Amino acid sequence: MTVTTSEQTPVAEAPGSAGTRLVDRVFKMRELAILVVLLVMIAVTQAGNSEFLSEQGIKDLLLNATILVLVATGQSLVVITRNVDLSVGSTLGITAFAAGDYLHGGGNPVVAILLAVLLGIGCGLLNGLLVSLGQVPALVVTLGTLYIIRGVDSIWVGSRQITAGDLPGSFVDFGSGGLSAVPWLALIALAVLVATAYYLKHFGSGRELYALGSNPEAARLAGIPVRKRILTAYTFCGALAGLAGAMYLARFGNVDSSTGNGYELTVVSAVVVGGVVFTGGSGSVYGAALGALLLTSVNSVLPALGVSSVWVLAINGFLLLLAIAVDRIVASRVASALKKRSARHA
Amino acid sequence: MTHPSDTGPAPVLALQDVSKSFGAVRALRDVSLELFPGEVHALAGENGAGKSTLIKTLAGVHRPDAGRVLLDGEPVVFHGPGDARDAGIAVIYQEPTLFPDLSIAENIFMGRQPRRALGRIDHKATRAATTALMKRLGVALDPDRPARGLSIADQQIVEIAKALSFDARVLIMDEPTAALTGSEVARLFGVVRTLRDQGAAVLFISHRLEEIFQICRRVTTLRDGAWIAGELVDGMTEDDLVRRMVGRDLDELYPKQDVPAGEVALAVRRLTREGIFTDISFEVRSGEIVGLAGLVGAGRTEVARAVFGVDRWDAGEVEVRGRKLTNGAPSVAMSAGLALVPEDRRAQGLVMDMSIERNIGLTGLRTTVKAGLVDRGAERSRSLDWAVRLQVKFARIADAVSTLSGGNQQKVVLAKWLATGPRVLIVDEPTRGIDVGTKAEVHRLLGELAADGVAVLMISSDLPEILGMADRVLVMHEGRITAEIPRSEASEETVMAAATGRAAA
Repeated sequence: MTVTTSEQTPVAEAPGSAGTRLVDRVFKMRELAILVVLLVMIAVTQAGNSEFLSEQGIKDLLLNATILVLVATGQSLVVITRNVDLSVGSTLGITAFAAGDYLHGGGNPVVAILLAVLLGIGCGLLNGLLVSLGQVPALVVTLGTLYIIRGVDSIWVGSRQITAGDLPGSFVDFGSGGLSAVPWLALIALAVLVATAYYLKHFGSGRELYALGSNPEAARLAGIPVRKRILTAYTFCGALAGLAGAMYLARFGNVDSSTGNGYELTVVSAVVVGGVVFTGGSGSVYGAALGALLLTSVNSVLPALGVSSVWVLAINGFLLLLAIAVDRIVASRVASALKKRSARHA
Repeated sequence: MTHPSDTGPAPVLALQDVSKSFGAVRALRDVSLELFPGEVHALAGENGAGKSTLIKTLAGVHRPDAGRVLLDGEPVVFHGPGDARDAGIAVIYQEPTLFPDLSIAENIFMGRQPRRALGRIDHKATRAATTALMKRLGVALDPDRPARGLSIADQQIVEIAKALSFDARVLIMDEPTAALTGSEVARLFGVVRTLRDQGAAVLFISHRLEEIFQICRRVTTLRDGAWIAGELVDGMTEDDLVRRMVGRDLDELYPKQDVPAGEVALAVRRLTREGIFTDISFEVRSGEIVGLAGLVGAGRTEVARAVFGVDRWDAGEVEVRGRKLTNGAPSVAMSAGLALVPEDRRAQGLVMDMSIERNIGLTGLRTTVKAGLVDRGAERSRSLDWAVRLQVKFARIADAVSTLSGGNQQKVVLAKWLATGPRVLIVDEPTRGIDVGTKAEVHRLLGELAADGVAVLMISSDLPEILGMADRVLVMHEGRITAEIPRSEASEETVMAAATGRAAA
């Protein structure tokens, strides 16, 4: 308008923290929803098969989820920056074999784990450099590194195989032992998860990951070191994939050149089911971890209920679509609620 | 210096004979500019004159090829936006650059959050500081709400709060008023005056000349990347300024032709879309230009979208030249001879990465397709024809639309729709963000179309444009048409009264 009306906007008092509550509620709700689905599913299964929640049953449930939780945590960081890392399955495979090969030659278990993590960091750095320097979509870049890492793995491993017999007893025990029903591996994953969540919420560089996923151009203009942050996210993702590789070795004791094949798709599903928005800027690692727990639980629930495991994939796919649908609906509801609120306060 | 500067405080920030090229395009040539504390300085020029490049140079986004940037009289080199920010330079871009997923407080303090021990963010202090800033600006925005869904005016307030939060001494505002309503502009100017009085240097860009005279003390004009003048606003007239910008006397800005109205070309009867607009009835005759005025958010764009079939309507009917349109079917509307030039050309009007040729060609695919394949030759000649008729400035017709300036992009959108040979044309904010020169061309074009018997419905928030071009003015307020005012009775007062719902005309 080129004329100014005589009506001046009245200066109202700040409208309390209605916004916080609204937004917090939505996010908590999103994670709560997965938790509820998970608990209901477990309760139903327990009702149908009382053996399900035995000590061993709980342990299996947690062990199955642990590796996925770790990789999904790393993947979340990358997805939050509006990127994706499809090479995590290959990274997991090659790091698992590297750790196994080293242990087979009589190496120290702690060094083996460090080795796997370092190799993972190497893969992550490669991805991060390619994505942040080349102006190419991450989907394509990491699809390339998926094949490259897998290819190198195949050439190096050939038809060799690591079996539990090749590994030191202490390492195998570490993979299956724990505090009563809680495996060591799950405790490690939990520690990593909590630390990552804390970092994302309370550190500037953590918030900047959200910022650059939310609006990359604005992030650049705000002086955020975009490339460095993306590199960090990929490196961290690679490191966790490496750690997961070592844990995979400890848990299953069996690694060959196809280990982790196709795993990236499960990881991405877990992240999305957990409410990390694929277009970046929103979501939490707790959500991703719950998503991972939910997806792996389906694997255990179906056999316990006597349903054929051929259904697992279809159900996982259904959960994925459901999650996306719910997110869409919630997002549009929140958007209109926010619009109304600003209209009222305008 | 190449232009006079009176004695007084020394400039905070200055450009000295700065040049910048992008490939073969010389965006800036030997441009100088001085920003003084406690003063609002206008940057004038047509689209493509180099204003954006100049701003980005001050903001540290671009580095000059030649010349110097002076901060407090000392030459500086900004290696990135962060450097400029640290020097106390804040830029509020035309398209606000917020993080939609993050809270207002986080948006303001991103990268500079108050810290606790171990480098952790002090969320409480961040929130408190935001509340204090909002109080200082006299606005009520909740620090914790996400930026998503904020109006453009509120987004700008957040940007200004961001500038305040690091005690910016220089505030650069790139067309901040382009999408604001009258009262929002008044609020913004209030804030700008306060900052100015507190000693900030403000660089202000607007295509609305009256705003420059309203708030600025000094004006620097650019034309085709070259420095034309730097002078005090006092004693200048709008005509003076336009002459410097355009380089010639401008033909009349509103070349309205008197055309006898013909038959009813577009008839809208009792159109309702629940919660959006209610009981909308009007007619547009061929040869007529009907203005649709109202405040932003009154439902004008939504009516246009429903008429064209992009959105569905819940009740009512639309007729184009006696033919009833199908609800929610743009293809039917198009074949009936209706065309809609949308408001947001970036998002709705153009495929930015595609060539000019193909963008214009999009609407004509029906006629240029032979045996299922696009006849590229026909498409090219048709597109070139229209691009030339509208005087689009381009290097090659195969260049991507994104390489054009804003005004030329708008012309491409117009060309795209005019190429369909519409009998009824709906234009939504046809000249928003366009310089005066192009604006006059667009107006002349609309006038010629009407003279050719096209019925034009023109949505605009630019009141002089409505008053200058429309035969009749329809005014919407909160989803309803509150007034229909013939040209003879239309004035700023009558239209604004109806737009704000203060009186039924």
